[in-house]
Amino acid sequence: MAAQVLVLGGGVGGTMCANVIAKRSGGRAHVTVVDATGIHVFQPGFLYVAVGQERPSALQRSEASLLRHDVRLVVDRARKVDPAAKRVILASGRTLPYDELVIATGSRTVMDEVPGARSAHDFYTMAGAVQLFKALEAFDGGMIVIGVAGIPYKCPPAPVEFAFLLDDYLRARGIRNKTEVKLLSPLNRAFTIEATSKLVQPILAERGIELTSFFNVESVDPMAKTVTSLEGETVSYDLLVLVPPHRGQKVIEDSGLGDERGWITVDKNTLKHEKFPDIWAIGDATSIPISKSGSVAHYEASVVADEIVAAIRGEAAPTHVYDGKVMCFLETGQGQATTIRFDYTHPPVSPRPARIWHWGKAVFNKTYWHTVPQGRLP
Amino acid sequence: MSITIATSLDLKGLSCPLPIIKTAKAMKVLTPGQLIEVFATDPGSVPDFKAWAQATGNPLVESSQEGEVFHFVLKKKEI
Repeated sequence: MAAQVLVLGGGVGGTMCANVIAKRSGGRAHVTVVDATGIHVFQPGFLYVAVGQERPSALQRSEASLLRHDVRLVVDRARKVDPAAKRVILASGRTLPYDELVIATGSRTVMDEVPGARSAHDFYTMAGAVQLFKALEAFDGGMIVIGVAGIPYKCPPAPVEFAFLLDDYLRARGIRNKTEVKLLSPLNRAFTIEATSKLVQPILAERGIELTSFFNVESVDPMAKTVTSLEGETVSYDLLVLVPPHRGQKVIEDSGLGDERGWITVDKNTLKHEKFPDIWAIGDATSIPISKSGSVAHYEASVVADEIVAAIRGEAAPTHVYDGKVMCFLETGQGQATTIRFDYTHPPVSPRPARIWHWGKAVFNKTYWHTVPQGRLP
Repeated sequence: MSITIATSLDLKGLSCPLPIIKTAKAMKVLTPGQLIEVFATDPGSVPDFKAWAQATGNPLVESSQEGEVFHFVLKKKEI
């Protein structure tokens, strides 16, 4: 009898993992994807929507169109995982059994955790990015402040990229000379990765983007238009853009599968749940100390698919495991970008920003739909 | 002379900048002069705590290492 493989979440990781398992299991698996909306969203594009460089419709496709014909899609929300009975209860009341479960439910943003922060703009949801662009179009000069309201968050370099793309936008509008841009960083550098921060900090300075160190956002006063840090500093703004705090999905918390923030506790190499050997987690949903990004979900999906196919075929577990590989692009504005590559044992390296990386990112973003979800890129 | 630690934080396994943020949060409720100790395993926390202490004016009283665990003692700054 074919094994029931259930995948929760139709994002980068879940979609790719489902397709690869269905393809490689040789008919020995029935693969089902449960997704709350049935719409696949390319989240790295939010950044471009926020500065008017991309249309929201270009970032969404139906999940069904990205899945193989032999993968079943259930549009419903997972409400509870019952590891003892090996089944998942959905919001509709329906129950789905599994032999192997992959949780790829991503993260959610919780701006309300920071007092007053709901008044701030963000580019971490489609609605947020669209709203932010509207606010920028109406903006006519003043102080724009970019800050971080919670750690960990998706795509560590995103606030820096946003600062650069914002600078381009303001210059194109001819209002850069009457706008100050301030980037509030939780650390004493542009973002967590030191080597890349060293590379981009002189460019931030060159573009007149002021970097404020050790500013961990504690609260926002929307009336006074000020943002205050845990360190006790207060900064005024005319337009505030915050990276919202993130948490794992409620289903993880309700099922007792994660830590206090709802991040699923898995082995950082095998991605297998630390308590339940038939549950795996990939992408933003895990608690492993690695960037929350599409590239991580992509590499992890490949590892988990191999492990599950081996388990279904009754073969020994594959020797290769997830090695912490991350590869991402970082826009530095004015048509240039750099990349960041690292894994658990190799520290991050970034080449000097150049046009080729900007085009590399643009090409990747366009070809994504035909390559990554199908598992065509290793 | 023995020193009294007001709060102790176990931040082992967390990667930067979480140890800094958790420490900053915990220090908010201390009174000036009180000490907080932190245990962390992220090697990046050594330069980060040093720089954070300098930037915020909360003195780093002790920074040591035992095996893979780093131990920091910070003092809440006098206003």
